[in-house]
Amino acid sequence: MPNRLELSGITKQFPGVLANDHVSFAVKPGEIHALLGENGAGKSTLVKMIYGIMQPDGGEIRWNGEPVVVPNPKAARRLGIGMVFQHFSLFEALTVLENIALGMDAKIPSRELEARIREVMQTYGLLLDPHRTVATLSVGERQRIEIVRALLLNPKLLIMDEPTSVLTPQEVDQLFTVLRQLASEGCSILYISHKLHEIKALCDTATILRGGKLVDTCDPKAETSRSMAEKMIGTGLKDIIKPEGRRFGEPKLVVNGLTTRKTGDFDVPVADVSFTVRSGEILGIAGVAGNGQNALLDALSGELKGEEREAISIDGRAIGLMDTTERRRHGLCAVPEERNGHAAVGDFSLSDNSVLTARDRLGMVVLGLINSGAAKTYTGKVIADFAVKALGPAATAGSLSGGNLQKYIMGREILQKPTVLVVSQPTWGVDAGAAAAIHQALVDLATAGSAIVVISQDLDELRALSDTLAVINMGRLSASRPIGDFSVEEIGLLMGGVHGEEAA
Amino acid sequence: MTLELAIAIIVTVVGASTPILIAALGELVVEKSGVLNLGVEGMMLVGAITGFVVVFTTGNHYLAILLAAGAGVATSMIFGFLTLSLSANQTATGLALTIFGTGFSALAGQGYSARPVTLLGPLFPSELATHPIWRVLFGYSALVYFSFAMVLAVWWFLKKTRAGLILRAVGENDHSAHSIGYSVVAVRYGAVAFGGAMAGIAGACFPLLLTPQWAERMTAGRGWIAVALVVFASWKPFRLLAGAYLFGLVMTMELYAKAGGGPLSAIPAELWAAMPYLATVVVLVLISIRRDASSNAPACLGRPFLPSN
Repeated sequence: MPNRLELSGITKQFPGVLANDHVSFAVKPGEIHALLGENGAGKSTLVKMIYGIMQPDGGEIRWNGEPVVVPNPKAARRLGIGMVFQHFSLFEALTVLENIALGMDAKIPSRELEARIREVMQTYGLLLDPHRTVATLSVGERQRIEIVRALLLNPKLLIMDEPTSVLTPQEVDQLFTVLRQLASEGCSILYISHKLHEIKALCDTATILRGGKLVDTCDPKAETSRSMAEKMIGTGLKDIIKPEGRRFGEPKLVVNGLTTRKTGDFDVPVADVSFTVRSGEILGIAGVAGNGQNALLDALSGELKGEEREAISIDGRAIGLMDTTERRRHGLCAVPEERNGHAAVGDFSLSDNSVLTARDRLGMVVLGLINSGAAKTYTGKVIADFAVKALGPAATAGSLSGGNLQKYIMGREILQKPTVLVVSQPTWGVDAGAAAAIHQALVDLATAGSAIVVISQDLDELRALSDTLAVINMGRLSASRPIGDFSVEEIGLLMGGVHGEEAA
Repeated sequence: MTLELAIAIIVTVVGASTPILIAALGELVVEKSGVLNLGVEGMMLVGAITGFVVVFTTGNHYLAILLAAGAGVATSMIFGFLTLSLSANQTATGLALTIFGTGFSALAGQGYSARPVTLLGPLFPSELATHPIWRVLFGYSALVYFSFAMVLAVWWFLKKTRAGLILRAVGENDHSAHSIGYSVVAVRYGAVAFGGAMAGIAGACFPLLLTPQWAERMTAGRGWIAVALVVFASWKPFRLLAGAYLFGLVMTMELYAKAGGGPLSAIPAELWAAMPYLATVVVLVLISIRRDASSNAPACLGRPFLPSN
């Protein structure tokens, strides 16, 4: 049987960058094939050429053994290539059915389309009500719409572009079940990701790209996560260097009986949360998404109005009633999970974004006037110290890739040398090299005497980074203990809501 | 209240409501495609003077309606070219269009004031409308029945047709619609042209249906009420119908209050005149309080589309 898809010598030149340099690999029928690489390694360009969004400058694409030219996505779909994008192109005010109808090339009567949608959903266990409005659906459910839309065309090759970056662990498991079922029916899957443990769990083959070139094609099950990460980065992966024998100093952040109110239908408030973080300490907060992490971050940052002065204190000073700006002035900086639109304003330059959070701590505003020179200098320093790929301080935040924007945001807060730093998902959607740099910067900040709270769903990250760990479940936080005291099983049980005391 | 008076009131309300309803239906489609055209009043005035001049010179009412629609389309294309092709600010361009329409109609209408024409007669033969009750159903001109038919047509188009779905998609998320492969600008041009035609016909209602002469600014702010009504009706055609008649009723009350119509004059006519706008403000507040039930506003309303990436 010929290969489902075969690329030979694919080359694509952009002004100033060789995005793909003679890339060749093959995908067999029914194979789940990973395409691995850091941000900017050329993965997206490559799949855009397979899907007909871009044309290669050189090389050949073979489909079932036949050389083909894919002039546009419509042609790709006609060949049997489907794609699920990282950023969904959905219409929030329209229903699931209407969204799918808009994306179909053929005009199918809506009754017939609905029957086919229900059939696909039934077959793959992708449960969704076709008449629900998209605005009421979770991210995972929205992705299901995109998958159903792709599956309606009976694809022989399904391209998934970083599908799990926005999903909860449960949703990831469901997605993997669907993908395995598809593969067992003979559909090939090209799976783009940089989450190595997922690739080890799911994929049969992995093709690794670096700087536009193919570095290796390997069997991910025979590799370790570390060996694949090193191939992606090209150099040995640096371990986080934690100075030996660190001692924690005075308590910096003391949270005592912090409780928030429910603000929306899908919002989980926190109840009676208490913890202490000392100078030099990194406290990790683990938990499955949607267990009150957002409320906790907002309550700590001051975005959610506090009701009790004594609930939060820094350096012994009660700040529970202060707003975000006052808290920043007193040394508490926070980084929310959503980079673009929450942690940064996409249409603003990086310089202006620096003014937004660093103005008081670094004196960027004098008598109500912005000292743009200071903002520019500081932003330049962030860009240089955190290796942010940007055209300079004048580049808009929205023009940066997700990983680079995250590096900028983390740098912007860390270089302010806050007394207390609270971060949510510091390396979400960031490649391994950048993640290591962010981790090291957090450890260095702690070593210099700050207290740090890291809220994350990534257990590997928390285990590497934290000194102490607590688990959040349904808005309640377990007691914090040194990280060495926890086994993975115990963390898992706590995340699932089984507390030691209650289980006994 | 006698039967005659009740019927007279109903007929006045229908007359007052029809132009608002027609103009608002056009604006509803425009806004559903994501474009905010505040030039309705201006387009209506251009339609009104065109309709008047055609009736005055040819005496043919239906030709007048047709050409008024054409004049509305032509005026709307100025707006379309500036906002869709040149990505000009929609709010500012719409306001400018109203000023333009007001001035243009005044200029074109010079020498036509105080020259009477005939009103458009009832659509159905008068035998059907002998009894006063029948008059309420069959006594109107074609424009009134047209406005009802268009409510149904606009609802059916938006809800049931693929073209309507595409139009809503363009208004909801222009970039997604573009990336799927629909021409955002072409869809919006179509919607703006439809809005222009409807505003032109709505304008023609004034000399053809209400007062058989030309007067400067004879639409008297009804274009603005139509714009407000679209929001009032949450972009839903049948609610628009109800809203237009509610506004028409209030405006008729204003007339009766001015004429010293008994108990109505207890409330000053100015307050009656302000009523439609007050109602719109109240509805807007109610909608924003109940924000969980999404306000149904097109997400891209008023945002220029720049297909950069």
